[in-house]
Formats: sequence, C-alpha cells, structure tokens
Amino acid sequence: MANLTLVQAINLALVQEMERDDRIVILGEDVGVNGGVFRVTEGLHKRFGGHRVVDSPLAESGIIGTAIGLAMAGLRPIPEIQFEGFLGPAYDQLCSHAARMRTRTRGAFTVPMTVRVPVGGGIHAPELHSDSPEAIYAHQPGIKVVMPASPYDAKGLLLSAIRDPDPVIFFEPKRIYRAFREEVPEDEYLIPLGQARTVCEGEELTMVSWGATVIQCMQAIEKSGRSIELIDLRTIYPFDMETVAASVRKTGRAVVVHEAPKTCGFGAEIAARIMEECFLSLEAPVQRVTGFDTIMPYYKLELEYLPEADRIVMAVEEALAY
Amino acid sequence: MPIRTAFKTEIEHVSILDEHGQFDAKLGAGLIPDGDVVRLYEHMSICRHLDEVAFKLQRSGRMGTYPQNMGQEATSLGAAYALDKTDWMVPCYRENCGLFWRGLPMEYVLLHWMGDERGNAIPRELFCMPLAIPIGTQMLHAAGLAWAAKYRGEKQIACTFFGDGATSEGDFHEAMNFAANLDLPVVFLCQNNSWAISVPGKIQCSAPTIAQRGLAYGMHSVQCDGNDVFAMVKVVRDAAKRAREEHRPSFIEAVTYRLGDHTTADDARRYRDQAEVELWKTRDPLIRVRSFLKERKLWNDSKEAELRERAEREVSAAVQRAEGIEAPSSNDVFDHTYATLDPQLLTQRETLRTNSLGQESGRRPSHAQSGGAH
Repeated sequence: MANLTLVQAINLALVQEMERDDRIVILGEDVGVNGGVFRVTEGLHKRFGGHRVVDSPLAESGIIGTAIGLAMAGLRPIPEIQFEGFLGPAYDQLCSHAARMRTRTRGAFTVPMTVRVPVGGGIHAPELHSDSPEAIYAHQPGIKVVMPASPYDAKGLLLSAIRDPDPVIFFEPKRIYRAFREEVPEDEYLIPLGQARTVCEGEELTMVSWGATVIQCMQAIEKSGRSIELIDLRTIYPFDMETVAASVRKTGRAVVVHEAPKTCGFGAEIAARIMEECFLSLEAPVQRVTGFDTIMPYYKLELEYLPEADRIVMAVEEALAY
Repeated sequence: MPIRTAFKTEIEHVSILDEHGQFDAKLGAGLIPDGDVVRLYEHMSICRHLDEVAFKLQRSGRMGTYPQNMGQEATSLGAAYALDKTDWMVPCYRENCGLFWRGLPMEYVLLHWMGDERGNAIPRELFCMPLAIPIGTQMLHAAGLAWAAKYRGEKQIACTFFGDGATSEGDFHEAMNFAANLDLPVVFLCQNNSWAISVPGKIQCSAPTIAQRGLAYGMHSVQCDGNDVFAMVKVVRDAAKRAREEHRPSFIEAVTYRLGDHTTADDARRYRDQAEVELWKTRDPLIRVRSFLKERKLWNDSKEAELRERAEREVSAAVQRAEGIEAPSSNDVFDHTYATLDPQLLTQRETLRTNSLGQESGRRPSHAQSGGAH
C-alpha cells in the first residue's frame, strides 16, 4: 500500500495492466519520452518501449481513428487526448465509429479501447483546457463515460475500463491530479463501472456529484453542518440510479453538483430520473449547482464559474427550507 | 549557389490494357494467368448485373438508396485479386466487385442498403470491414488495423479505398501522415471517379494529380488507369509488397469514372455533361477485357450468353436470400449497443418506451400515504 496522488494511481494502474496484458498500446501526443504533459505516463516508454507507448503525430482524430483500428484487430489501445478541449476533432471518430461499431456490425466488430482525457477547470489553464464535456459523450449510445474523484477509485475504475469490451472515455479531473494523496493498494482490485460510491451517509438531503466537485461537496457538507448523504457517481454512463434513488427516497431532497453548464448537463438527467422514480418521496425540487450556460471563462474568473462550497451550501439551505 | 533544387520528382501513370484494347505485353507478361483473366471478366459482369438489379430494386421500392458501382468494377477487383486473402480490405461504398471477389456474399451488400445491419455482420475470416458512409474516416481504421498486424509481427497489411472527394477530408491527411511516419503497412487506394456527388475533382484538388498528395507524406505514389484491371493488379501488388516487406505505405490514384448517378437519390444530368459520360462509356473496364479475351480465343458469344444466364441466376438467388431473411426482432435495436446492457437499456427494451417510468402506477411510498407530498 502506498500513499499516492491521482496521477500516480493512474500510472500504477497502467503499469500493472500493461505488465499483465501485452495487447495494450498507449498512444497520444507527448505520452512517450515526455511521459505526458501531466506525467501520467511517466516511465512507461522506458519500461515498455516505443512500440507500446507511442508518441503519435499531433492529430486527435488520427489518434482515435487508428486506436479504433487497433481495437478492431484485437488489441487494447489506450489513446490519450491531451485536454478535453481537444476532443472536438476526435468527436467524429468517437461517435460515428467507436460508439456504433458493435451495433452496426451486430457484434462482428467491437472497439475495446479506453480514451484517457484530463478534464475540468481549477488549475489556471489557458482556454480550451478547462471544460467539462462529459454529458456530450454520455448522450452518445455505445460509449461509457467514467470520472474518478479519488486516487483509490481511479486505479480500480481504470482497470475496469481497460478490461471493458466497449469504448470507455476515462475523464481525469486535473484539479485533483495532485490535490491530495490516498492509500492505494499495490494488489489488483476492480471497481465495476456503473456503481456509485456513497462518500458519507446522511439523513436530511442527498448530494450527487462526480469528479473534482466531489471535494467541493465534502467541504460544503462540513460547512453546512447538516446530515447529508454524498454520492460520487464515478461512472456517468451507465450511472447508478439505484443508489441515487434509494438515497433520495430516504432523504426526500436532492442537490446535484457538476462543473459543466447547467442546460443539458448530466444533472438534468439525474433530476429527471429522480422525478420519475422518487416523485412521491420528494419534499423539495431537485436543485442543481453547476457551471453556467456560458463559455468557461479564462482563469481569472474560473472560481466564479465553478461550483464552490459556498454556492453548494446555499442550494442545500434552500432545499432544506423548501 | 544560393538556390538549389531541394526535391524533385515525378508521378508515373501505369496503363497495361488501354481503352482501345492495346495490351502492353512487356508490363503485362505473367501478371494474370489467362484462366484468371476469364474469371475476373466473369466476376465483373456478374457485379455489373447486380448493380442493374439493385437499381431496379430501389426503383420498385424493394430497397433503399443504393450507390451504383457501374464503371468502377476493375479498381477494387484488381486490388482484391492482388492482395492476400488475409489482408484487410477497408472499403468506402463503391467496392462491391472487390468485396465479392474476397468472398463476401452479395446479399450482405443488398441487406446493408435494405436497411438491415445484418449486412454488416461480416465473418471475421473475410478480413473485410463493412461499408463506410462518412467520407475518409475509414482510412484511419485501416492504419490502425495495419498497425496491429505490425505490432504482432504478422505479415498482414491493410488496403483502404476512398474517392477523390475524401482527399479533401482531414482524416485522409491524418491517416496518410500516421501511416507514413509510424511505418504502417497500408495501401491507400484512391478511386478518382471525377465526381463527389455533383462537385468535380478540381474543387477537391487543384494539383495535376491526386497522387502528388501521397508523395507529400513521403510515401511511394503512383497514378494508374483504374479501368484497367491489369494495371490495378500491378500497382496494388507492388504496393502490397512494399507494405509487407518494408512496412511502408503507398498511395495509388486509380483514375476511373462513375458511370451512374452518385446514388439512386441523385440525378447526375443536373451537373455533368452527357458527352463526358458517353466518352467514359467507351473506356468501360469490361469492354476492353472482353476484347482481350476474344482476341486470344478465350471468349466467344456463346460463353457470353452462358455468363448472362449465370449472372441472372446468381444475382436472383442473392436477392432471394436478402429478401427472404427473417424479419429482425425489436430486441435487435438494443442488443448490440454494449456487450452487457445496463439497467436503463433493459428497461427501455422491456417497455419499448423511453417514457415509461418502469414502475407501477398507483404505487405510493408509505410517507405519502400518511399525508406527505401530493
């Protein structure tokens, strides 16, 4: 057991899985000799060689498109897109091909690949380095979307993603890449996709979040002094409605927190599902604390945009007073 | 000497059996055994017949939109003939002739255009990818498939097909750049048929040849007569050898022509000159092979009549198999979305309604009954 950051936990998972499975090929911009701009793949090039850890040309569609070919031929590619803002050029390959291949070939061809993508704001990055596009990909049938909120979960979720027979986008919240450490076992453990984690139990209100904002939620819960049940979704699609519904039926109130814009954010789906499945348990409307329906601002204003603890506390108080 | 030539090159054009039936005996010597030329001619004729039948099926409402292959048969066929049976063929959607040569049953293509995904469930041992509708995107998959073969130390290569329109797409450039810089065994085969629906080739590329584009990525590039099955076999064989032995990609610009409309939903008379079509009809890939065979006493009118009957018989059987397949079940909409369906998909499959709450009406939690929310 070692005390690791999120970056180190992902690195450990990659090393161990590459040792176990020689079908794994990592490809992307700067992932090789440089070890990735966030050093997530540090040491892998030296350890596994340039044929397994490949510095690709600078072309996101090319990275995902060739990874699709690798996967269809039976390998297990792990392409990296350097920042979520550069997923755009790869959208066509992800949604027109990776997501559809199993369906359109009735299972004759599949695309078992894990696309690693640093995501979200809060690190004073340039423009197009701080967005949260998880709902866009959750809306695309055929793709799974994962976002860990802790080093321990990151390792267990990444192993499940790599072994999953379908394409997975593994979003890594860069705000917590090195924000804290956690005990991460050396031994193998898998956290199943589609299973949420109850971070803390509570009676008065259910809070649902994922990724870096789970930390803001924990701060808000402490500040509010209320008995709040915090659920970290961990997988955005398919998401664990059973855990959310059981909690909301118990508490009668829910607040969903995410960085992405409010309209059509994944919070909208959760609120709708709570309405469908917990309508008669609700004591208050479901609240959403989210980014705004604006372009993510440059970093001088990013903390105005991101759901910080004080804003979350306000929503909690409103929901409880309803 | 302040200015010197940094790079100089030229693009070769390969033609072996030209539109007038002239055969280059030196280039063509031993390229295709006579018996195989007969088989190739028969195969092209059967594909041509399927094309005519498919057109009529669409017109009579028995099939959806269909893109005719007429005029381009030699291009994909020459490639399929030159490749090994285990090389990947990564098509666009005008490569019927090559795919059928590889062994893809004709009804697969018919099913695809009849709106049935089972037409894409191609047996893996054929090493054919399904038809690709978005333009140029499949070229990257070919690069990845070839990469996987190289990674495993196998001799397999990938050949991908695309049109002149695709050479404007970003993925075209990314695929060529990946293949050239990462030394991937890929054959890039451009079917330059002059028209991307209504847009002429000069809007896609203003250089004298499309083949120059391959050269720009540092790969061997050649232009050839795409209606000449002999030339196709030669250039693809050369490119395949280069890929297999040196892990180097190649670019082939096969100059051909789309004799039909873009698809059955198109009317090419709106944008192109009939005289151009008439000219290209004289360059039909079938005509020249037929005269080649007749000159060598390998073909005659009675064989032609027999072939006609065989084509009708085989195509009609394929149509029957495509139309006779059992109706897909509504579960098929769901069952291949993921390897394992999640609870929400199972609920949707169960109810076939996205608006089902998946719960019984009138069910009330206990606190509601005791005067809670209403």
